[in-house]
Amino acid sequence: MPVHLQKEIDKLKKQIVLLAGSVEKRVADAVKSIDQRDAELAQRIKDTDQAIDQTEVEVEEECLKILALYQPVAMDLRFIVAVLKINSDLERIGDEAVNIAGRSLNINAYPKIEINFDLKTLARDVMAMLKRSLDALVNMDAVMAHAVIDSDDEIDETVRVLFQQVKNEVRRQPEKIDYMIEYMRINRHLERIADHATNIAEDIVYMIEGKIVRHNYET
Amino acid sequence: MNEISIETRALDLFYGDFQALTGITLDIPARQVTALIGPSGCGKSTLLRVFNRMNDLIDGVRISGEVIIGGENILTPATDLLALREKVGMVFQRPNPFPLSVYENIVFGLAVHRLARRNEYADIVEQALRSVLLWDDLKDRLHYSALKLSLEQQQRLCIARVLPLKPQILLMDEPCSALDPFATMHIEELMQELKKEYTIVIVTHNMQQAGRASDRTGFLYLGKLIEFDETVKIFTKPAQTMTENYISGRFG
Repeated sequence: MPVHLQKEIDKLKKQIVLLAGSVEKRVADAVKSIDQRDAELAQRIKDTDQAIDQTEVEVEEECLKILALYQPVAMDLRFIVAVLKINSDLERIGDEAVNIAGRSLNINAYPKIEINFDLKTLARDVMAMLKRSLDALVNMDAVMAHAVIDSDDEIDETVRVLFQQVKNEVRRQPEKIDYMIEYMRINRHLERIADHATNIAEDIVYMIEGKIVRHNYET
Repeated sequence: MNEISIETRALDLFYGDFQALTGITLDIPARQVTALIGPSGCGKSTLLRVFNRMNDLIDGVRISGEVIIGGENILTPATDLLALREKVGMVFQRPNPFPLSVYENIVFGLAVHRLARRNEYADIVEQALRSVLLWDDLKDRLHYSALKLSLEQQQRLCIARVLPLKPQILLMDEPCSALDPFATMHIEELMQELKKEYTIVIVTHNMQQAGRASDRTGFLYLGKLIEFDETVKIFTKPAQTMTENYISGRFG
């Protein structure tokens, strides 16, 4: 491969890995802000999302530049296409972190209520899944990417159980419905993050193996 | 912008009645690769040749405007052409080594310009060949005929031959068009090395090459400079529709 293309690709890889790291931290902080009732942290996540958007634009421009100037082929082409898509998923995960932070602020406005809702397990599993999808990206690890894709079903099951738990709580304490709804929405945001992590893993499989594995459909 | 190596101001060039260049004004930055692109006959090679006054060899050429290199307008009759061509080297489309040995090809210019003592030649030859990454291949064949080298090696030699004259500017007119893709890639990589010390202006038909190898790109059409900007800008969001249409293969 020409040296200049190799340099550009290395640079792009660093950029996307940095973006992935920031997004991962923002999700962790958003979840922490609920757990620790930390309104300041939640507000900070909302206020600084622009940095993620800015990086997303930069990564996209870098990809377009490489496509226009170097016409990469084969693995290099798949890498650029995968980065373009992963970039977009990361930005959306960043938005979900902002959404969770928003819910966190709302929850903090209420006095603490004991409810039977196992947010911690779901958050832990989703963050582990996101982390593994990003590790698969850093290490170009298709085996790990496949494992991430497989784990999405478990997340969906946990989400279903939590949805039921919230419903039960609403029945038990209907006057607290506004509070409960915030948890239902967090449940949904975490599920979306898991979906984006799955997309990232699918793009990694495409990049490494050249196979399209989304929609349970192989070519 | 960086230091400017070649300032061109309102340059018009006529071959007899035919106007080949019209009002060209551009600043070519030092120690970067600048590519000139455009369809055949657009004037890109003519413009390149103005920079070391090669067009003087053609009958009926008239030039007006200014081309300033090293603070001097090189279009004045007072310009010392030998000194100019020492400062502004040219590499052509087809490798054109002299029918002499590798060694003699490199020292030829030194002898003409009386630039070095004979006992300095060996070091100069080694340094020139190292700069174009030929030394390891040719150090045991310095006295072989240059015409026996591969085309890529010949082209590298033609570049090496210019370097001992310590030019500031290297003009390259389609330097890779006679080479296969691998040799092309090697010459492009060499350009990236050379630009650390030299200003490089390359004329190319190959738009992909302009994209890969240059920092700035000028698009010429019918003798006019339509657009001149950073290569990234030209190839992702050019300002002129005509540039857009040319680089995307809609005409030309």
